[in-house]
Amino acid sequence: MFKRTNDIEVLEDTARRVRIHLLKALHNAKSGHTGGSLSSVEILVALYFSVLRHDPSNPRWEGRDRFVLSKGHGVPALYSVLAHAGYFPIDELMTLRKPESRLQGHPEYNLDIGIEATTGSLGHGLSAANGMALAAKIDGRDIRVYALLSDGELQEGATWEAITTSAYRKLDNLCAIVDRNRFQNDGAMAEIKDIEPVPDKWRAFGWRVEVLPDGHDFPSLLSAFRKAKRTKGRPFVIIANTIKGKGISIFENQGKYHGVAPTDEELKIALSELGGGGLI
Amino acid sequence: MSRSKLSDLLVEEVTEYEYIRETYGKTLVELGSIYPELVVLDSDLTVSTKTNLFGKRFPERFFTMGVSEQDMMATAAGFALYGKIPFASTFAVFATGRAWEHVRQSIAFPNLNVKIVATHAGVTVGEDGATHQALEDIALMRVLPNMTVIVPADAVETEAVIRTIIDRKGPTYVRLARAKFPTIFKKSYKFEVGKAPILREGKHVAIFASGIMVSEALNAAKLLEKEGIGASVANVSTIKPIDVQTIVELARMTGAVVTAEDHNVVGGLGGAVSEVLS
Repeated sequence: MFKRTNDIEVLEDTARRVRIHLLKALHNAKSGHTGGSLSSVEILVALYFSVLRHDPSNPRWEGRDRFVLSKGHGVPALYSVLAHAGYFPIDELMTLRKPESRLQGHPEYNLDIGIEATTGSLGHGLSAANGMALAAKIDGRDIRVYALLSDGELQEGATWEAITTSAYRKLDNLCAIVDRNRFQNDGAMAEIKDIEPVPDKWRAFGWRVEVLPDGHDFPSLLSAFRKAKRTKGRPFVIIANTIKGKGISIFENQGKYHGVAPTDEELKIALSELGGGGLI
Repeated sequence: MSRSKLSDLLVEEVTEYEYIRETYGKTLVELGSIYPELVVLDSDLTVSTKTNLFGKRFPERFFTMGVSEQDMMATAAGFALYGKIPFASTFAVFATGRAWEHVRQSIAFPNLNVKIVATHAGVTVGEDGATHQALEDIALMRVLPNMTVIVPADAVETEAVIRTIIDRKGPTYVRLARAKFPTIFKKSYKFEVGKAPILREGKHVAIFASGIMVSEALNAAKLLEKEGIGASVANVSTIKPIDVQTIVELARMTGAVVTAEDHNVVGGLGGAVSEVLS
């Protein structure tokens, strides 16, 4: 079993290292989704280092909690987190997006490296998580299922089909997280197709909603996940307000870094800001 | 002119006509007791697809998904990822058209053990009209990686197919119809994935048929015989993986090939046989 921690300093340092390696991998791949990877880092680190019951040395352990990255384009962050948790060597991150690599541009189901579902087309992941949560309920097993959605993904009709199913089936073993970074591929969501009021919509669909003003703050993330675990009879969603490109000044809130990898110069700036200079 | 040789798989004379979707529902109920990991999902057509029979007997493993075919397919994927054996049912037009991309990404690509059993395919849907007559579903499923595509010809074969695929890992599309099908096979009929049994041998023309057109092909072969034309009939119930050997052998033997299906030739059995012979 993986040794989980609630030590904020450890989690923050892990997030810093996760950022360094996901940026190096994206830079090496010369393409990929930088902004939405950086906005998810704390959510993923909180899950894999503090919340999920999992075992990187036994990724097929039947009693593990499940995590589905519905926003599949943010997978560089997940790969980096999985590598840091011990699922595969950190060096392998440099194979990101190569044709023969296990680390494809969008995640492909492969328990060897801890990937629980194939995603990348938006609007699928929450349904898959529902299926896992329903299956765990049939078996009467204490398994919790987590799904991370993008906010752009809330424009997909199929997402709302899934949101309806979770609530109707009273999936209190399910926790969704929305990475609310307010940008989508073409730019600011408010200028493309606004989806507010996000919390009210989830509430109206029967979910218990927790809004985090700062989705990068570990204490509030951990507290929200604890609340989710205590909630009975309803699914729980954490709307985590995040910053696209979080942690690197030149990427923060810049819509153009949604699907663009760092250049040589940008990587240098990023690594110096993250204190990763020695790792270049 | 010698009489054509008839397969001993066939009944002597057709006396029964059955709803193959009802056979599907009844078979699910029987399998439910044997396979605790079997779960069934349906998107608001439970009475028509006959999954309601399973629902009455095993309510804790039966999931009405409402009018949400995309959600149903990806939920089925989640069940399979956990280790269950999900059967997902609705009309063919919705299972393959509306939910196609969910089937592609969430089921076919990751090679998950999801069984999509769709009913009401083809023009035999009848009165519901053209919007509901799926004539593209085989084409849509056939192009997907890992997907097995099966079109049973009668009730006996339908039961054999369902009993076979539950033990065979991987995504599978089974195409059923609304109308009653003449029961052409003896109870002893054995189904094997990827094998197209030759039901009748004649040396002048080969008819490759699927689904309800198998019985029609046998009728046609009888009429042809009266005119001195020997027709072979093969039941190509597995469209993918297709039985290349049988198709090539019969085509060589006869030198003339006809395909018969309740589906568009483009991408359907006609297309598949042409790909084999081209």
